[in-house]
Amino acid sequence: MKSTLITNGHIIDPANGINRVGDVYISGGKVAKIDLDARLRKHPHDLDVIDASGLIVCPGLIDIHVHLREPGQSAKETIASGARAAAAGGFTTVVCMPNTSPPVDNPSVVSWIKEKARDEACVNVLPTGAITKNIAGEELAPIGSMHKAGIVALTDDGHCVQNHELMRRALEYARMFGLVVMDHCQDYNLVGKGVMHEGAVSTLLGLPGWPSVGEEIIVARNAQLAELCGTPIHCQHLSAAGSVRILREARARGVKISGEICPHHIALTDESVRDFDTDFKMNPPLRSQSDIDALIGGVADGTITILASDHAPHCGFEKEVEFDQAPFGILGLETELGLFIDLLVHKKKAVDLARLVSLFTREPASLLGLERGTLSVGAVADVTLIDPDLEWTVDKSASHSRSRNTPFHGWELKGRAVRTIVAGETVWKL
Amino acid sequence: MELQTSTAWSRKDLLGIEELSVGEITTILDTSAAFKQVGVREIKKVPALRGKTLVNFFVEPSTRTRTSFELAAFRLSADVVNISTSTSSLTKGETLKDTAKNLEALHADIIVLRHSSAGAPKFLADRLQASVINAGDGAHEHPTQALLDAFTIREKKGRIEGLHVAIIGDILFSRVARSNIHALTKLGARVTLVGPSTLVPRTFEKLGVAVTHDIDSIIADVDVVNLLRIQHERQRKEYFPSLGEYTALFGLTKQRAENLKPDALIMHPGPINRGVEIDSDVADSGRSVILDQVTNGLAVRMAVLYLCAGVEK
Repeated sequence: MKSTLITNGHIIDPANGINRVGDVYISGGKVAKIDLDARLRKHPHDLDVIDASGLIVCPGLIDIHVHLREPGQSAKETIASGARAAAAGGFTTVVCMPNTSPPVDNPSVVSWIKEKARDEACVNVLPTGAITKNIAGEELAPIGSMHKAGIVALTDDGHCVQNHELMRRALEYARMFGLVVMDHCQDYNLVGKGVMHEGAVSTLLGLPGWPSVGEEIIVARNAQLAELCGTPIHCQHLSAAGSVRILREARARGVKISGEICPHHIALTDESVRDFDTDFKMNPPLRSQSDIDALIGGVADGTITILASDHAPHCGFEKEVEFDQAPFGILGLETELGLFIDLLVHKKKAVDLARLVSLFTREPASLLGLERGTLSVGAVADVTLIDPDLEWTVDKSASHSRSRNTPFHGWELKGRAVRTIVAGETVWKL
Repeated sequence: MELQTSTAWSRKDLLGIEELSVGEITTILDTSAAFKQVGVREIKKVPALRGKTLVNFFVEPSTRTRTSFELAAFRLSADVVNISTSTSSLTKGETLKDTAKNLEALHADIIVLRHSSAGAPKFLADRLQASVINAGDGAHEHPTQALLDAFTIREKKGRIEGLHVAIIGDILFSRVARSNIHALTKLGARVTLVGPSTLVPRTFEKLGVAVTHDIDSIIADVDVVNLLRIQHERQRKEYFPSLGEYTALFGLTKQRAENLKPDALIMHPGPINRGVEIDSDVADSGRSVILDQVTNGLAVRMAVLYLCAGVEK
């Protein structure tokens, strides 16, 4: 295998505290050397040289919350198409959710996904397993067997275990395998048939409201259970100000609880739903400006440690129905990095680029115990090249996904990935 | 029939009151007044929509609204087809879009839609050449009901501006309440919402209305009471304990009716629950204009069909 040199880029590798211009040598699919004093040095001729002048060179980005829809829903997305969308968004590793058809609640589905990913995916696809059988929230799934088959975390995403006792036992049981439990925080009684944020806009439109407290009460439950069990719990796609406050308070006490946010929850408010456009329907729903401010504040002060997309493809005909009948969810992988750089770094200045890279690499790798997210010598050479100042326009017709359900079509963003390298091989470039 | 209207009408659809200007609302009310005259003639029919096809597409049960639209269309000489949930293909899994496209392929000119989903009429209007008239969408809007209510108030009181109107009942789940709030506030009335705190949350104040949970505090001050039908089926049991307690706290009992101004109007969109939100005798009393509302509904719906169908597509 030929060796590669990525030269003269601004290397950001939070795991090793590197944040300066230098060269990255890749050999045999692994990081061979990081040379920070390489300017004007002559290189051997048998190298593929990638000039990264003006670009960020960082560990391959990780998204721990995507729906790749296989098995069973390949009209929406396949592991192959979802992986291409990931690569085009700068991601080298994605963690896929278990709410497929059939769901990932047994080791054979885990093996099927791993095999399919190995054969067809251009990025690393890591499966999660359901907490409960059939994601029904009633009895534990075979967690030990799924762990053996290779899941990286547990979640009933799309659903939420309502029985607190069952959730407690899941946390205790998962501890044996070192598996993190990730939770979609939603109290079914409080949320009912809610399809949008409960507030002034839902009052005006007469659409059933999905109140913030429906999320916050489960985040509070999770904080208490994580404290009781001493086991980590990760709260997915947080949307409400109160959730950030509860998380901040619990983390200050040393409770092993973490949280993630998605770009749409800081880019859009419930005002967007006024035209009943189902591309603005997701779960949890778009909330208010004060929620956005709290979520961004949570990223800035370290309460929120994970950024994710909740990439949720749906067919056009499925979305083109009455608002309350439409499925929840939007595409995310290809717009995620651009939105977060644009909003968190350029516009709100909540974090710098080094911290942003950490939120996409070191933090998720550390949460799930993945041997990724670093440019340490000997590590697998998953690398993303980012132009943080590149101005571009989102065009859904150019998406690599099989679906087109994005609310961001036509948005002008600043910052995007320009090349994605998995194990030393370029899998996508602009 | 020649009609003079105060504002040019340019909407092919009537989806809600929220987006209408005061001028547009007034245009509809003035046009309604002209059509009301047709109803008392020996020959109750005008040729305004001759050759046009109207589809009453009711995906949620309704008798009075559907009948009212049907009669309005007959009086305008349109051809009318009725489709209800039980006969529609929606029960066979066809999408709303496909069903509507099929109706358009049959050259329907006007689709009157009643649907349990908020926003369904807009969904159709965005996709069809035909005029779409909202006959009630979820808890969102019921524009012709608000227009006939406004017409009735204007007819009986001579004005709307400056009047104090109380809307009483299940506001949270009511499309009639929302459309009435928009219409009345635009036309300059003062609106107070009355009902249990669970069904009349304070968020409604953001729509420019007052909220109270004490009917007796306002009953002597109002010019109009509009009572909404109160139901106590399964999903309402978390909102108030019983119909008996509702009647005790919010019902327009004989005693409360005595405290009304002598010339106050009592309105109800129907169907009424005698003895629940309104005392039976009060419903039949001289101040009740409930049946005038029904009559006026016909004129208002004629006006709406006439105006929307007349817009160049």
